[in-house]
Amino acid sequence: MQIARVIGTVVATRKHLKFEGAKLLLVQPVSLDDTPRGTPLLAVDSVGAGVHEKVLIVLEGRAAGEALGRKAAPVDAAVIGIIDQVDVQE
Amino acid sequence: MQLAKVIGDVVITRKDENLAGIALLVLQPIAADGSNVGRTLVAVDAMGAGVGEIVFFVRGKEASFPFYPTEVPTDAGIVGIVDHWDLG
Repeated sequence: MQIARVIGTVVATRKHLKFEGAKLLLVQPVSLDDTPRGTPLLAVDSVGAGVHEKVLIVLEGRAAGEALGRKAAPVDAAVIGIIDQVDVQE
Repeated sequence: MQLAKVIGDVVITRKDENLAGIALLVLQPIAADGSNVGRTLVAVDAMGAGVGEIVFFVRGKEASFPFYPTEVPTDAGIVGIVDHWDLG
């Protein structure tokens, strides 16, 4: 799983039927110090996350499908939690 | 999933039989601001997308799910056509 920040929402009328009713978010993976890491990606939202929130995402198909609650959904990323706080002790 | 622009298509006559009848499109992944990012790739199309459209695509085995029970040999597939996106 990775930490990411929600940076936007995506609207698509024509989409695979397994996406019906699912919310699509644009998320930017971030490092522990909150700097952007890599390219933003789309994730289905199963927890009701909003723009600017820091979230936990899974980047694997089966897990993302389970988060969506649908089998054989063509998804590869899902928001599975909204992060309150990350503590790192070195 | 990632945003991408459809920039072309691929025509292949000799191919895996499970690719029969499935459109293959060339995608340029784009960043949230619409600029090109990363390498172009070829994806199967489950949605009837066309050149010039903004789509989102899935990577991995899941790209074959829209064609189930046909086991399409692909690692990338278009699963939605984007109306618009908004940045917060």
